[in-house]
Amino acid sequence: MPDSTPHLELFDIRKNFGLVAALNGVRCSIAHRDVVALFGRNGAGKTTLLKILALLMRPTDGHFQLEGVDARRDAADTRRHIGFISHATYLYSDLTALENLKFFGALYDVPHLEERIAQSLRDVQLWDRRHERVRGFSRGMQQRLSLARTFLHDPSLLLLDEPYTGLDPIASGMLDRLIERFHREGRTVVLTTHNLDLRLPVVNHAVVLEKGLVACDERRSRFASKDFEELFKEHVKERAE
Amino acid sequence: MLKKIARILWKDILTEFRTREMFSAMFVFALLMVVVFNFAFENAPRDSILQAAPGLLWVAFTFAGILGLNRSNAIERENMSMQALMLAPIDRGAVYLGKMLANFLFMWISELLIIPIFAVLYNYSFTAHFWPFLLILVLGTLGFSAVGTIFSGIAVNTKMRDVMLPILFLPVVVPVVIGAVETSIRVLAGEPLRGMTDWLKILVVFDVIFITVSFLVFEYVLEE
Repeated sequence: MPDSTPHLELFDIRKNFGLVAALNGVRCSIAHRDVVALFGRNGAGKTTLLKILALLMRPTDGHFQLEGVDARRDAADTRRHIGFISHATYLYSDLTALENLKFFGALYDVPHLEERIAQSLRDVQLWDRRHERVRGFSRGMQQRLSLARTFLHDPSLLLLDEPYTGLDPIASGMLDRLIERFHREGRTVVLTTHNLDLRLPVVNHAVVLEKGLVACDERRSRFASKDFEELFKEHVKERAE
Repeated sequence: MLKKIARILWKDILTEFRTREMFSAMFVFALLMVVVFNFAFENAPRDSILQAAPGLLWVAFTFAGILGLNRSNAIERENMSMQALMLAPIDRGAVYLGKMLANFLFMWISELLIIPIFAVLYNYSFTAHFWPFLLILVLGTLGFSAVGTIFSGIAVNTKMRDVMLPILFLPVVVPVVIGAVETSIRVLAGEPLRGMTDWLKILVVFDVIFITVSFLVFEYVLEE
């Protein structure tokens, strides 16, 4: 696949919930290796957009392409390339850490599953607790296991919905390192946040969503956290007026 | 796909084995109904009991089954793990079949444990009709689970999910319950299966149609 093909391309995506329009025609192009910070105030449509990209929700209109191919043409195969993290852990509380990863690994047909699981559990420092039920884990441990679950199938596109919400400092640092590793490996990351104090040096693409539309779409080699604040204030304020 | 279905089924079996929440809720509720109605029928003529008891048994199975479906939903709601299944690169019909088979299995096992207690309390003998009755039990429970699993998928996205499930589900599952009651009355009265082919056909057709349609539309049911 030539590098000129965007990794992810959104064509006029709309989503209505009854009479309420959450997305009003989102257009955006995301290149390979982009680490996209998707900003917007509450109700701007960030989570809706991410759910559509994760194929958890159907758009009312519009479509998107992954690697130049309509994502819904072979939805099951598209999902193989996507990792999704939200504030929910997506774990089964009455299974052990190991059983959870075995279950999800089998659903994703992860090759060399045993070794992958061992590596993932060591990465999130839960190897010694692998035979314990998730119900007995602290919130931070559950979040770390959730990270291991997301990265287990080696996705090429990582979607993160408010990923830092509720994370303890250890899990937060772990997530930073995983995103940086992801970027180094040439993969693509899209994360939503309303935290303008985002201190993630690998972010190279900022998108501001306002009232279901892309208000700003800017690429830079590097963003400082004050840049996010400026972009947000400039574009959200303009529209509010 | 069969491996994925088996994985989902195994996950539900393992969870249930550890918590026993679904099975115990269904078993205790059905047992309570069978015992309470036994007192109500204490002085009733034997013929009336023979006519009413299979209906009572299926009412107990139906409401116990709804309790089980609600519990099955709760497992997938906790930590939003149903979304994790939706994110997996598998046909969402496989998710339906895995969940449906798990619901069927737990309900069927609790029914099998209730039957001997029912036989003792109502002085029924199942030995002469065991296999035909087992067939009806399988067909009725399969139809119940087929409809229940798809409707619990619909109800899980609503705010009043525990109330919505029986409201949406019971009117649709009525043909299965009626079919199961009609055939049970006749089997337990000693009639051969060939005398009730119309009802058996209804049960089989209902099961096949609902399993097929639900398999195909489960994807749309799950997506918001």
